[in-house]
Amino acid sequence: MPDATDSTARIGRDDVAHLARLARLAVTDAELDLFAGQLDVILGAVARVGEVAAADIPPTTHAVPLSNVFRPDVVVASLSRDAVLEGAPSVEDDKFRVPRILSEEA
Amino acid sequence: MTNTVRTYDDVVARYEPVIGLETHVELGTASKMFCGCSTTFGAEPNTHTCPVCLGLPGALPVANEMAIESTIRIGLALHCGIATWCRFARKNYFYPDMPKNFQTSQYDEPLCVEGYLDVEVGGAQVRVGIERVHLEEDTGKNTHVGTSGRIHGADYSLVDYNRAGIPLVEIVTKPVPGTGAMAPEVAKAYVTALRDILRTLGVSDVRMEQGSLRCDVNTSLNLPGAQWGTRTETKNVNSLRSVERAVRSEILRQADLLDAGTRIKQETRHFSETSGDTRPGRSKEEATDYRYFPEPDLVPIAPDVAWVERLRAGLPEMPAARRARLGDELGVGAEDMRKMTNAGVVDLVGATVHLGAPIGEARNWWMGYLAQKANEREIEPVELGIEPAHVARLIALVADGSLSVALARQAVDGVLETGSDIDTVVAERGLKVVSDTGALEAAAAAAIAANPDIASKVRGGKLPAVGALVGAVMKATRGQADAAAVRQILLQQLGVDA
Amino acid sequence: MSGELIGLGAAELASSIASGDVSAVEVAQAHLNEIAAVDGDLHAFLHVDTDGALAAAKAVDARRAGGAELGPLAGVPLAMKDVVVTKGLPTTAGSRILEGWRPPYDATITRRIKDAGIVMLGKTNMDEFAMGSSTENSAYGPTHNPWDLSRVPGGSSGGSSAAVAAFEAPLAIGTDTGGSIRQPAAVTGIVGFKPTYGAVSRYGLIAFSSSLDQAGPLARTVLDAALLYDVLHGHDPLDSTSIPGVRFGAAAQARAGAGEDLSGVRVGVVRELGGEGYQPGVLAAFDSAVATLHGLGADIVEVSCPHFQYALAAYYLIAPSECSSNLARFDSVRYGLRVGDDGVNSLEDVMSLTREAGFGAEVKRRIMIGTYALSSGYYDAYYGQAQKVRTLIVRDFEAAFGQADVLVSPTSPFVAFGIGERVDDPMAMYVNDLCTLPASLAGTPAISVPCGISEGLPVGLQIMAPTLADDRCFRVGAAYEAALGGIGLHPRRLSA
Ligand SMILES: [Mg+2]
Ligand SMILES: [Zn+2]
Repeated sequence: MPDATDSTARIGRDDVAHLARLARLAVTDAELDLFAGQLDVILGAVARVGEVAAADIPPTTHAVPLSNVFRPDVVVASLSRDAVLEGAPSVEDDKFRVPRILSEEA
Repeated sequence: MTNTVRTYDDVVARYEPVIGLETHVELGTASKMFCGCSTTFGAEPNTHTCPVCLGLPGALPVANEMAIESTIRIGLALHCGIATWCRFARKNYFYPDMPKNFQTSQYDEPLCVEGYLDVEVGGAQVRVGIERVHLEEDTGKNTHVGTSGRIHGADYSLVDYNRAGIPLVEIVTKPVPGTGAMAPEVAKAYVTALRDILRTLGVSDVRMEQGSLRCDVNTSLNLPGAQWGTRTETKNVNSLRSVERAVRSEILRQADLLDAGTRIKQETRHFSETSGDTRPGRSKEEATDYRYFPEPDLVPIAPDVAWVERLRAGLPEMPAARRARLGDELGVGAEDMRKMTNAGVVDLVGATVHLGAPIGEARNWWMGYLAQKANEREIEPVELGIEPAHVARLIALVADGSLSVALARQAVDGVLETGSDIDTVVAERGLKVVSDTGALEAAAAAAIAANPDIASKVRGGKLPAVGALVGAVMKATRGQADAAAVRQILLQQLGVDA
Repeated sequence: MSGELIGLGAAELASSIASGDVSAVEVAQAHLNEIAAVDGDLHAFLHVDTDGALAAAKAVDARRAGGAELGPLAGVPLAMKDVVVTKGLPTTAGSRILEGWRPPYDATITRRIKDAGIVMLGKTNMDEFAMGSSTENSAYGPTHNPWDLSRVPGGSSGGSSAAVAAFEAPLAIGTDTGGSIRQPAAVTGIVGFKPTYGAVSRYGLIAFSSSLDQAGPLARTVLDAALLYDVLHGHDPLDSTSIPGVRFGAAAQARAGAGEDLSGVRVGVVRELGGEGYQPGVLAAFDSAVATLHGLGADIVEVSCPHFQYALAAYYLIAPSECSSNLARFDSVRYGLRVGDDGVNSLEDVMSLTREAGFGAEVKRRIMIGTYALSSGYYDAYYGQAQKVRTLIVRDFEAAFGQADVLVSPTSPFVAFGIGERVDDPMAMYVNDLCTLPASLAGTPAISVPCGISEGLPVGLQIMAPTLADDRCFRVGAAYEAALGGIGLHPRRLSA
């Protein structure tokens, strides 16, 4: 894949397929082409941030700087189990039922 | 067996193992890391969940102050530096036991860094470097339904999120080289020492069998002088014994491969309690890219000096220091202290002695009959439910002759069964040494009458045979007689003078 | 009767309810009738909660009958953007993936609104997960602009802006991540305010970009927006980024501002937010707005914010990065859509099929852009660099606010465009937010106030203030609004 400072960034079908896998999107063949073109244009445009000399500039992750925001270690009521399971696509033995899992936990 | 041992010795003679440990500790806070749900173990499925720990749309986390303080206290106990400013980060990957499909963890800004823990193995002291201690959230629990019951070949899985969001502290060691054949024991000693510290701090119940203390072990082998080899990471090592076995079996496995000229694959493996060896985990279709970035829903943690020093001042005496002090107090040698430590009875013996019992007696009871009882129940002596006060009283009763050792053990059994104290048990069960000679003489006579041939042997000079008759009398008196006295009476009645 | 009622603003409605001239139930019914009459053409609402609204109104009338003291907006109807979680009411964020989901809890602002006796009429349409500037990205079809039904109402809060502009509701809640309150307000001729980041709780806002999202009011007058803002803002212990101790007097400032005196107020015109690429009609309306402010006694100064030109690039890295992580939770396990669970497909397959079917094209694009920008090897050049640019934009603001008390610009370079005109060209859509992005990235407050008509369509004036100076937006906005005396042409009442 291209590096960000290269404003003629090129992103192809394979890159889109890789991103879609990481993001758990079963994109169609048609989308691979469509997105490859569109992401290419967008990434080319956003790569402009690379034009700014900011080596010694600290990043801003929070617009309003706060720190040490905590809650006391106090138990508060959980949701009722009905409320928890109500919206679930599939439930068994009061647990969320999911299809067989392929990969082991990371 | 001997064969494996020889193989192992041979292997560690030719290869140098390097180990590293990653330990996850569930903190014993009342509420979860980022929400107010209870952390109590073993509740009905999905009853300790809320919008936050279920990752419902719109829900936001707020950090549990107690969990932050516990993590800092762990860092201080491990001689770590405490960050003056750090953040949580999102570790992004999809897995159904993770409600948000990212884990709120810490990445390049851990709360505690650069510490160490000294452990003793076979008299030698080994310093295990601590790379980092950071705070994150636990995941839910998957149950795999299907013939195998394991993830492989399961038909489907069920998810319970009660555990999701429980504060989890990750403690990562630096690589530990140079321990040679002792690598497995060093690994075990490290986890043991860490567990003692965590218990002393009171930050976790550190129950490996319940998963509140979980261990991943990294192992690699290299030829002497060569650079370190490729390491494997062994997961679900769920007992102290397994830590040792896992390292050992991984050393043997890697050596076989290296001897065969096969290169070691960097991989995650799983330890099997049953087979005692490690199996490869199912590798993912592609290397995971966790796409870490600072958690925008949480603000930075900036522990100021005053806060950290207040926590440092509040630290309890650490196990090693306490043992040294107790050793001097009790006049017990280092080797003996180590034995008592491994048996988990140091504080119990200490307390018993403080209650007036002689160190020898206290040690023998806790290391002997009581340790055995704990073993049978597969629990720690401290969990037996018998107090140092009970044991001290017991020792006093034996000393003044009102109980025989046999009776004292019956008294212990009584305390373990009923939970009431020694004197109550002794009274209720009528446990007392019978000194009424009349009763003893009658019992002796009966024993002789019932065993004529043994009796004649004794008369014939075979003195040891009298033991059988003593046993019979003791049995008849439910162990309450003084064995020596009984022997005397029997020999008299048999007309043999010893 | 009902006609008069829907013509009234929130302030008037509240006082006539408090004085007993009209009941809250009558007011709610009048607006429900208007919705029934016009929303077929407008499609501002995804869900109308008739029973809930009437019940809430009844409760207000009962409290009044019981002699209870009513809040300043008690009984006033409100349209809620569907990105805000409402207990028991469908909440979809405009997405197929949440179709039919009924949350088991209320957002903090939902609770504040209910506690204030405000009557929630229903949930409004929006671009899916608030990603868009036209409301065409809704999985449930576009909303139409009451000024011209063939045009968009802006976005992502287009359902809310259209509902207020068309007199379906006097008040609405929007959320603004890069301009999603201000731009729709501008192109539908109403007032929209984006608060200082952290002034309004995000608890219960379905997250798009956590470090940028803010909820705020939409209304037909500055005073009405201020009255609603006074209900919404304030510290929330459930949101770690919520600022402790904030307490504004927005309504008081709006009333003070109506005095039409801005003497001594320094108004900065941002050089970089105008000219090239802006519609002439928009620039003309903006220039006359500046003249009007001058006429109110304000000192007009020109300020330069050299890094604003990078705001769009930084925004379209930061927002997609955060959304790629925020939207990972939609995985078919705990709630929402599940596709492809045929007993053969693995969980991984079902997750991917569900997300493919449940997300629209724009959401997929942004998730993939964000996934790319956060991947190892690209992080520093993209996400990391964007956060540094963000710092430079904050510094530009700080410098500019050294010279001016408020900054002004057009709210959007364009008036409402035609439905379907820009859907195939993401970049053409993104530039709608050119003027609103800097304040979003800096977390500073900004209000959009109608300032004129171009091509028969409304134009908005953006007034930006420093962090935590939210009051200034209302004071200056109210003064300007009073001086202008409306934009001549009034939003069309579709039922009239
Ligand atoms: Mg971890
Ligand atoms: Zn919870």
